[in-house]
Amino acid sequence: MNITLKVWRQKGPNSLGKMETHPMSNVSEDMSFLEMMDVLNDKLIREGNEPIAFDHDCREGICGSCSMFINGEAHGPGRNVTTCQLHMRSFKDGETIHVEPWRSAAFPVIKDLAVDRSAFDRIIQSGGYVSVNTSGSTQDANAIPIPKHDADEAFDSATCIGCGACVATCKNSSAMLFVSAKVSQLSLLPQGKPEKKERVIRMVDQMDLEGFGNCTNTGACEVECPKGISITNIARMNREFLSSNLTSK
Amino acid sequence: MFQFDIWLVIGVAPCTFTKYRKTMRKTGILKSSLSKKYAMALTGLFLCLFLVGHLLGNLQLFIEGEAGRVAFNEYAKFMTSNPLIKIMSYITYASILFHVIDGFLLTIANKKARPVKYVVEKGSRNSSWASRNMALLGTALLVFIVTHMMNFWWVMHFGDMPVHKGVKDLHTITTHFFNPHENAMAGAATLLYVFAMVSMSIHLHHGFQSAFKSLGLDHPKYNSTVKFMGKAFSLVIPSAFASIPIFLYLTQA
Repeated sequence: MNITLKVWRQKGPNSLGKMETHPMSNVSEDMSFLEMMDVLNDKLIREGNEPIAFDHDCREGICGSCSMFINGEAHGPGRNVTTCQLHMRSFKDGETIHVEPWRSAAFPVIKDLAVDRSAFDRIIQSGGYVSVNTSGSTQDANAIPIPKHDADEAFDSATCIGCGACVATCKNSSAMLFVSAKVSQLSLLPQGKPEKKERVIRMVDQMDLEGFGNCTNTGACEVECPKGISITNIARMNREFLSSNLTSK
Repeated sequence: MFQFDIWLVIGVAPCTFTKYRKTMRKTGILKSSLSKKYAMALTGLFLCLFLVGHLLGNLQLFIEGEAGRVAFNEYAKFMTSNPLIKIMSYITYASILFHVIDGFLLTIANKKARPVKYVVEKGSRNSSWASRNMALLGTALLVFIVTHMMNFWWVMHFGDMPVHKGVKDLHTITTHFFNPHENAMAGAATLLYVFAMVSMSIHLHHGFQSAFKSLGLDHPKYNSTVKFMGKAFSLVIPSAFASIPIFLYLTQA
């Protein structure tokens, strides 16, 4: 198949970027989107040009690296897929495909399609953990009975891979789906309960500090999330933040 | 970010720490982004209650003849003189102002959160038009509220009012406003009123159920009920409001 690729090129964090056009012919329908990008980069290198910088790692949909805003949607037109799991058969022959980086003040562009998502790391560091005793007599987590429903719900939230598609998709660049998934995953389980109140307060504070926008409950994030994280998590976080603030000492 | 200067002064400025607060909590709950959403939800839901009250009063305009005129004018007098209603009206003014200012601040913050726009963005693939245009719809409603208050509230409170049976005759003011023989702009006024109610319907369609989510009121058992209530509310209330000027215009034309 033949396609026309329009890719965002930006030399560095402070330079102005622009869309660059690359016609591509004989693209295999069985290629993943990233493999198609590899072919293009190979061609660019052979021609003595700078290859397009983009993040990628596992290429099996679990690392959350491959951040690309394809044809107006995070990770492209597919549902519940990351860019690496998106195949060229999802596009039409002769189609023009726009590829842009995640756009958010909190995710500054490093180069081309690669953005700095360390804001997410700082949110996790602010409270997205469970403190454990490392004296050597740590209790086996499986020794604590957990209702099946709670375990399932916590697991659903824990499938978040921190890719940032929610931020990229949200018209307000809000990180509420990511933060709420991380808050929920821990607060639903008995191991996470002791730090529940301060966790939600600290993580929301850090989220605000990073410059993400506000949630308008459009629901776009849950549609575009490659792991199908539900916005029920956001409502849970709203509830926990309110009650934690009202009752914490 | 905030304590960067302090770290510099004491000479330990590990880069990764500059965005953290030293102590657990520096911002109060009121400064949080979530609190702005709680405020939007609470004022929004209160204004929904106000709409119900306002509509019940307006429906008296359907009563024809002298009886309707007396009933509506008595009601208007009661609304402007009862002390309890007065307190409620002040809460309503405050809610509208707060909802507008808070919404404005949130919109500014949201725009700032994405300084470089996407070249191609397909919002319609993942969200409703209403949810993406709450600020636009809200602005249309604000313009309506200002003109509406100038046309009726201001006249009732400070204008030169005709008197009927000892009370201010708001009934005549209202019916004449939508009467093409009395007001050259009656047709335009009716159309604009209907347009404002369509905006309100779309605003409520998203806003009603969104308010519940913002307050954390979300449960699989009740979500469908809330959603249905939101849909019903956003259809019934604005169309009932809009039917009144249409009725007044058509019956007097």
